[in-house]
Amino acid sequence: MSGISREDVAHLAKLARIEMNDAELDHLAKEMDVILGAVARVQEVAASDVPPTSHPIPVNNIVREDIVRPSLSPEEALSGAPAQSEGRFKVPQILGEE
Amino acid sequence: MTTIRSTAAEMAAALAAGTTTSVELTNAHYAQIEKVDGAVHAFLHLDKEGALAQAEAVDAKRKSGTEMPPLAGVPLALKDLLTQKGVPTTCGSRMLEGWRPPYDSTVVSKLKAAGIVILGKTNMDEFAMGSSTENSAYGPTHNPWDLARIPGGSGGGSAAALAAFEAPLAIGSDTGGSIRQPAAVTGTVGVKPTYGGVSRYGLIAFSSSLDQAGPCARTVLDAALLHEVIAGHDERDSTSINAPVPQVVKAAKKLDVKGMKIGVVKELQGEGFQSGVLSRFHESLDALVSAGAELVEVSCPNFDYALAAYYLIAPSECSSNLARFDSMRYGIRVGDNGERSAEEVMKLTRHEGFGPEVKRRIILGTYALSSGYYDAYYGSAQKVRTLIMRDFNAAFAKVDVLVSPTAPTTAFKIGEQVDDPLAMYLNDIATIPVNLAGIGGMSVPCGLAAEDGLPVGFQIMSPAMRDDLMYQVGGTLEAALLSKWGAPILDKAPVLVGN
Amino acid sequence: MALNYDQAVAKYEPTLGLEVHVELNTKSKMFCSCATEFGGAPNTQTCPVCLGMPGALPVVNGRAIESSILIGLALNCSVAPFSRFARKNYFYPDMPKNFQTSQYDEPICVNGYLDIEIETDEGLKAFRVEIERVHMEEDTGKSLHVGGATGRIHGADYSLLDYNRAGIPLVEIVTKIVGGTGKYAPQVARAYVTELRDILRSLGVSDVKMEQGSMRCDVNLSLAPMGSGALGTRSETKNVNSLRSVERAVIGEVIRQSNRLESGERIVQETRHFLEESGQTRPGRSKEQAEDYRYFPEPDLVPVVPDSAWIEELRSTLPEKPSTRRARLQADWSVPDKEMTSLVNAGLLDVVEETIALGAEPTRARSWWLGEVSRLANEREVDPTTLITSAQVAEVIALIESGDLTDKLARQVVEGVIAGEGNPSAVIAQRGLKVVSDDGALMTAIEAAIASQPETAERIRGGNIPAAGALIGAVMKATGGQADAAKVRELLLKHLGQ
Ligand SMILES: [Mg+2]
Ligand SMILES: [Zn+2]
Repeated sequence: MSGISREDVAHLAKLARIEMNDAELDHLAKEMDVILGAVARVQEVAASDVPPTSHPIPVNNIVREDIVRPSLSPEEALSGAPAQSEGRFKVPQILGEE
Repeated sequence: MTTIRSTAAEMAAALAAGTTTSVELTNAHYAQIEKVDGAVHAFLHLDKEGALAQAEAVDAKRKSGTEMPPLAGVPLALKDLLTQKGVPTTCGSRMLEGWRPPYDSTVVSKLKAAGIVILGKTNMDEFAMGSSTENSAYGPTHNPWDLARIPGGSGGGSAAALAAFEAPLAIGSDTGGSIRQPAAVTGTVGVKPTYGGVSRYGLIAFSSSLDQAGPCARTVLDAALLHEVIAGHDERDSTSINAPVPQVVKAAKKLDVKGMKIGVVKELQGEGFQSGVLSRFHESLDALVSAGAELVEVSCPNFDYALAAYYLIAPSECSSNLARFDSMRYGIRVGDNGERSAEEVMKLTRHEGFGPEVKRRIILGTYALSSGYYDAYYGSAQKVRTLIMRDFNAAFAKVDVLVSPTAPTTAFKIGEQVDDPLAMYLNDIATIPVNLAGIGGMSVPCGLAAEDGLPVGFQIMSPAMRDDLMYQVGGTLEAALLSKWGAPILDKAPVLVGN
Repeated sequence: MALNYDQAVAKYEPTLGLEVHVELNTKSKMFCSCATEFGGAPNTQTCPVCLGMPGALPVVNGRAIESSILIGLALNCSVAPFSRFARKNYFYPDMPKNFQTSQYDEPICVNGYLDIEIETDEGLKAFRVEIERVHMEEDTGKSLHVGGATGRIHGADYSLLDYNRAGIPLVEIVTKIVGGTGKYAPQVARAYVTELRDILRSLGVSDVKMEQGSMRCDVNLSLAPMGSGALGTRSETKNVNSLRSVERAVIGEVIRQSNRLESGERIVQETRHFLEESGQTRPGRSKEQAEDYRYFPEPDLVPVVPDSAWIEELRSTLPEKPSTRRARLQADWSVPDKEMTSLVNAGLLDVVEETIALGAEPTRARSWWLGEVSRLANEREVDPTTLITSAQVAEVIALIESGDLTDKLARQVVEGVIAGEGNPSAVIAQRGLKVVSDDGALMTAIEAAIASQPETAERIRGGNIPAAGALIGAVMKATGGQADAAKVRELLLKHLGQ
C-alpha cells in the first residue's frame, strides 16, 4: 500500500504535534511509502477468524486497593518544570479556552 | 586476584571473602572508564559521588558483620531509560536533557536494595529506537571490538561497557532485540526475560506491550545472578507476573542438557544471514548435541510476518507513549517567546527534541492508529501477533527451547545503514518474534565470524515463565565453548588503550 | 420575527442525548494512590503516575471498578463479561500523558434504562430513558489563565496548571437517543439528571454536587421539522452544572437552533458552552478539522473480566431504589402525586425526609421547603439546600408548632438564617422576633386601638364582626407584627362584648 502524500504526512505531523518544514515532509512522505509498503504484508495473513492480541501474557482483573499513599512533594512534582509559578506549572497560553 | 576482567560472581566472592572492597572495585572501574570511554562512549552520565557513597555504605555494612545479598558491592552500568532518583535520565534524547527524575524505577530500587553500585547511565538509541546506538542525541557508542563499528542497539552503551570492562554487569531493555542484538555483536550475554518478569515501573516506555528490562553480563551465571535481583512481582506494574521467579541461577549452574529437545527454527537461518554467523551457529548446535541434547527442526511460518507486525505495533504504541513529551511539565522547551501558544511551543519542542528515527516512528504509528487505517495496520499486526504466538505454542509442544542466530550479521560500520531504515530494521529479524510473543530470549556469544573476526550471538528462546530453561541451555553451551576455546571470547578482543 | 420556545416546539421536534460525567468519591485516584480530597494546595496531590512522568505506570483502583458496576446495575445495565481500557489520544496541556485513559468499544456496562416521571398538561407521565453505556475514565488537571482575556498581549498571556484533579476517577453515563419528548424535552432532561443524581447518591459512589463539578452534564440536542421523522444535526452543550441549567440549556438550544433553521441556516455539529447568566450557549473551543483520537487498547492495563459471583455480590448491596423509596415516603406522608413530583424534581426529597425525621410535621416540612425556601432560592438562583439546613427548618417549624412564632415571623427567621445571621434561635434573639403573647401588653394595644377608632368599636359592639379587621390591623401594626392575630381577635371581640 503506498501513495502517502506530503499532505497526509502534514496531517499526521499535526496530529502528533511535530513541526515539520516542506523538505522534512517530502522526505518523510517518501520513507513512509517504502515502510508502509513493507509492513502492509501483515494483511496477507490477518484473516477475520484470527483474534487480535494486544497483550502477550493473558491476565485479567489486576486492581489496587483504594488506599491513599504519600504523593510527591510539590517541589519534587515541579522539579523538572521548564517554568513554574505559585506552585503550578507555567505554560504558554492555551488557545481556545474560555 | 580480582581485576576488572573478573566475572561478577568472582567479584562477589572476593567481596564476601574480604579480599577486595566495593570502593576498590568501584574505583577500578571508574579508572577503566576514564581510560577507555573517550573512545567507546558507553556512558552518558557518571554518578561517581552516588556510586562511591553506596560502595562505602555496602563496605561498612559488610564490615559490621551484616549478611549481604549475593551481588552487594558489585558495580553496574544502567541503561539511560530507567529512572534513578536525582540522576540525569535522558533516554538518549535531547528532549529529556537535564531531567532528573524525582523517583526510582522498581529495577533501580531492587538494585539499590541488593547493594549493587550504579556507576552511571549508558548510551542508547533515542527512546530505544534503533539497532546501532547511532540514534542517540549524544553521539554514537563504539564497539570495543572495532571502534569504527556499531555496538548494536538500542542498548549499545550497556553492551559496550561490558565488552570494554567498564562494568561487570549492566541493565538493558529489550523491545525488539535491544538487549540480545548488542550482546551478540559485542561478545557478551544478554537476556530478555519473559514479559512481566521484571517490572516496567520507571522504565521509560517505547512500546508498552513489548518492552522488558533484563540483565546484561559477560557470563550466563552473572546474568542469572542479576536476573534474580531485578525480577519479581511489582504491584505498581499491572502487567507484572504474580508468580515465583524461575530459578535461573540454579539453572545456569546445571551445565547439563541431556535429554533436552532443542528446536532449530527453520525460518531464522539461511537467506540474509552472514555465512560466518551461520557456521558458528551450527558449530554451537553440534556442541549442544555433544552435551546430550536432541535437535529438532521446527517451522514457524508466521515469523516471516514478525518484522512487519513489529514495525506497526511498536510505532503505534510509541506514538502514544511519547505524546507526553510536550515541554509542559518536564524536559526541554523550545520557542516559548511569550507570544506563541502552548500548541505551537509543543510542536517546536517536539521538532527539536526528537531525532529523525523517533519522528519517523511517531508518524508511522499515528498513521497506523488513524481511523480508517486501524484495522488494516494496527489491527492486522495484532492478528499476526496471535499467529506468531500460535507458532511458538506449537513448537514448544514439541521442544523445550528454540534456538537461532541472534542477529543476521556481525557488527556493521557506523554510518553504513543510517539512511536505510528498512535495512536497519532487518537486524532484529530473529529477535522480534520473542517480544511479540512475550516469551524469554537470551543471546550467548558463540565465537567469531571467520570473515571479519567479529563476535556472533546464539539465541535461545524459552516458553513464558520458563526462563530457567534458556539459562540451562545457555550455561551449558557457554561451558562447552569455553573448554573448546580455552579462554573467554572477550580475551580475543583488542585491548583498548587510553588516549 | 424570532421564534420563542412555544413556537419553536410547535414547528420542530427535539431529540435529546445526555452524557453525564460523575466523579467517584474514592479515597485515591483512578490509577495511582494520590488523595482525591478537594481543595488541596496546587500540585500537592500528584505523583509520577498522575503527572504522566516518563516511566510511570497506571494501576486501576478496585473500588472505582466496583462503583462503576454498581452504577450499571442500578441503571438496569448488563455488566460486560469482558471490558477494557483504551487510550484516547489528543494533546492538551491539562492532560499529563496527552492521552486520556478511558473506555472505548469495550465499556464496563451497557444497555440499561432509567424510568422517570414528568408533569404534563395531562398530568403525570412516565418516560423511559435508555442508557447506552457506562464507562470509566479519568479527569484532567485544572488550568488557570493569566493575562489579557482577549487578544494576545506580548509577554502577558500564559496558563498555570494544577494536576491535583488529574486522574480523579470519572464514570461517564451516556444515554441512547431520547426522542418523543415533544415540548417536554427540558423537563425530561432535568428529570433524568435529577433521578440519576438521586440514584448515584443512594449508591454512595459520588458526592454528585453539580455546583462543585462532581457531576457534570453535556446536553446533545437536535431538531427536526415536526412530523418529518428525520434526525437533525446535533450540538453538544458542555458546562451545564445545575439541574436548572440542564432545563435552561435545552430551552436555549431549541430556541437557537429553531431560529437558525427558520432563517435557512445550517446547524453545525459542534461543542458549545452554556452561559449561566443568559441561559444561552456559545461555540466552544474549535476542534481540529478531523478529530482523530486514535483509540487503542491500553497496553499498560489488563482487561476487566467480572465473574458472575462478583457481580451478584455487588448486586446484593444495592440500596433501595429511589423510586421505591419515593413510593414509600409518599404513602407515609400521604402526599398527592403532583406535589411528590414537585418535591422530587426540585431535589428536595432528602431534606424534607431529614426535616421530618427531626420532628417536623410532614405537611409543614414540605410546604416550607417547597414554598418559602424554594422561593428565596429561586430569587438567588441557587439550590434551596445550599441556603438552609434541615435542622434549621425543623427548628423553625417546632417554634411555629409551639406558638412561639407566627408564620409571618417564621418567614423573617428563615430570611435571617439565609442572610447568615445564624441559627433560628440566634436570629430570633437578635431581631427580637418573639410572638407577643402577654395578654396585658396586648390589651394595652387593643385599648389604644379602640380609643383611636371609637366609631369602628361601636360598629363591632353593634354586631358588625367583620369590622374587627381594621382594629386587629392597628394592633398588629402597633406590635410590629409580633402579635398572634388570632389571639388579638379573640381578646378584642371579648372586650367589645362579642
Ligand atoms: Mg469521556
Ligand atoms: Zn498520583
